[in-house]
Amino acid sequence: MATTVAPAPTRAPRQRPPGSRLKLRNTFIGWTFILPNFIGFAVLTLVPVLILFYLAFTSWNVFGAAEWVGLENFQDLITDRTFHTALRNTGYYALMHIPLTLAVSLGLALLLNTKLRGVAFFRTVAFFPYITSIVAIAVVWNMLFSPETGPVNQFLMALGIDNPPGWTTSTTWAMPAVALVSTWRDMGYYMLLFLAGLQAIPGELYEAARVDGANKIQRFWNVTVPSLRPTTFFVTVMLTIASFKIFDLILVMTDGGPGTATLVLSQYIYRKGFEEQQFGYASAVAIVLFVICITVTVFQFLINKRRDR
Amino acid sequence: MATLTLDRPQAATPRPERDARRRRSVLGTIVLYVVLIAAAAVIMLPFFWMVTSSLKTNNQVFTVPIQWFPDPVVWSNYVDIWAKSDMSTWLRNTLILSVTVTFLQVFTGSFAAYGFSKMRFPGRDVLFLAYIGTIAVPWQAYMIPQFILMSRFGLSNTLWAIIALQAFGAFGVFLMKQYYDSIPEELSEAARIDGLSEYSIWRRIVLPLSGPAVATLTLLTFVNTWNDYLGPLIYLRDRDLWTIQIGLKTFVSQYNAEYALIMTGSVLSVLPIAIIFMLGQRYFVQGIATAGLKG
Repeated sequence: MATTVAPAPTRAPRQRPPGSRLKLRNTFIGWTFILPNFIGFAVLTLVPVLILFYLAFTSWNVFGAAEWVGLENFQDLITDRTFHTALRNTGYYALMHIPLTLAVSLGLALLLNTKLRGVAFFRTVAFFPYITSIVAIAVVWNMLFSPETGPVNQFLMALGIDNPPGWTTSTTWAMPAVALVSTWRDMGYYMLLFLAGLQAIPGELYEAARVDGANKIQRFWNVTVPSLRPTTFFVTVMLTIASFKIFDLILVMTDGGPGTATLVLSQYIYRKGFEEQQFGYASAVAIVLFVICITVTVFQFLINKRRDR
Repeated sequence: MATLTLDRPQAATPRPERDARRRRSVLGTIVLYVVLIAAAAVIMLPFFWMVTSSLKTNNQVFTVPIQWFPDPVVWSNYVDIWAKSDMSTWLRNTLILSVTVTFLQVFTGSFAAYGFSKMRFPGRDVLFLAYIGTIAVPWQAYMIPQFILMSRFGLSNTLWAIIALQAFGAFGVFLMKQYYDSIPEELSEAARIDGLSEYSIWRRIVLPLSGPAVATLTLLTFVNTWNDYLGPLIYLRDRDLWTIQIGLKTFVSQYNAEYALIMTGSVLSVLPIAIIFMLGQRYFVQGIATAGLKG
């Protein structure tokens, strides 16, 4: 599921008069509010996350019981070349997708942060790809990218490029093609976050900079960029996690191919787990994904905290 | 087309200065419009191509040079696809799932959010941290243990699996709590003095005030469930349980040369979402803006 939200400082409710019966009553009522969601959440999210850490140390296929094998799965990962490929591909995808989406969505937000008549229409247009289904857009883009008579290559040839890339059929171009499509799909969402960030910058800051004689570019670097920092931080964290768990689009567009050119971690987990039924080994791969995402989040969080000081 | 609005009221600039700036920027405005229209055209081009291709004959889809408009317009694609695929089953299943999941997510999410935002009890913050923590964990990391659990419960290969999977996400709780935190505590306090129970405060005061957040959560959940591919792929094996995404993907591999029909199916899979989006997007944008930016 897409995640949008960054932690906010919780405002403490007003202090209540002391009294253990009241406190007990509050605890009870508080739990009744949380429980309908918590039961589902605990059973289907919390517990599976905990089980994951057990499974990764077992050898288990559907038949038979889970057998504790210690670090064996992780030792196998070290020499598993397909795993290395998946890891590298995931990183490669993230390296393309994160900066590209950041740049495009920020650019769109700056462009659309005006009072022009009809600007709301353009925002809607930019956001629209984000809500459409992966399968539909993957199918459409695959056709657009088709090497022989696809519209994209026809366009490139009209521009004078005689030997346009084979896109999803080429080991070199398949991953850039996927990254392009996912940037096209995601940019509207992150644009919206940037747009809201831009709207929150007080107009007086620009006014003051203008009075000081700052030109447009100076105002951008000295007012917009620093004021947008919390938004940029949040968007980067979200984009990073989203990049590392890329899956659906790749599965439908290229199925990891050609060869293993677009095989990514999530898909490798899926293959090992659901196609080859090696639950233990797949869980070990999942732990790697888990650790990467948590590390990235914590790392970015620490950087942000240091700069805040 | 409905439009996204997201503007803070702007302080009026003194008139003479504004006029001067306006005169200076007529050219700028024209350039900006040209850029915007070009960008919008590029963004929408794949959709345009999808819709026009769905109205072409099969061999008109890939022609050199591109044929931009279908001639003749083949409306029959939209009739044929119902006969060639189980489109109605897929749409029905997807609709059932999306509505149920959305209802549960919004109801349990906003209810729990009240507990986290407006009630005070021991362990509350630790519990909430567990919710937030799991948001950063990609689903792909724990989909295997989850699958094993669901199978043990006998839920795999039923629509219940997808409902259970999607309905109790941490995300809904989080989004609603963000919004509730911005509702002044004094309101609930006044209601308490008037003798309202906590449940009544939630239903009669806090919930009605959180329209944009509810709209955002509703739309995001609906869209996510509608568009989910991996969940149904793992859990729904029987053909009559398939959702539109699984169905469409299978249709594509089965009729891989029927380009026009494939585009027709794609249009049908996007259409309901497009309609829902246009009905609710005004609140939606506001909600995302509030939820996303407190960090």
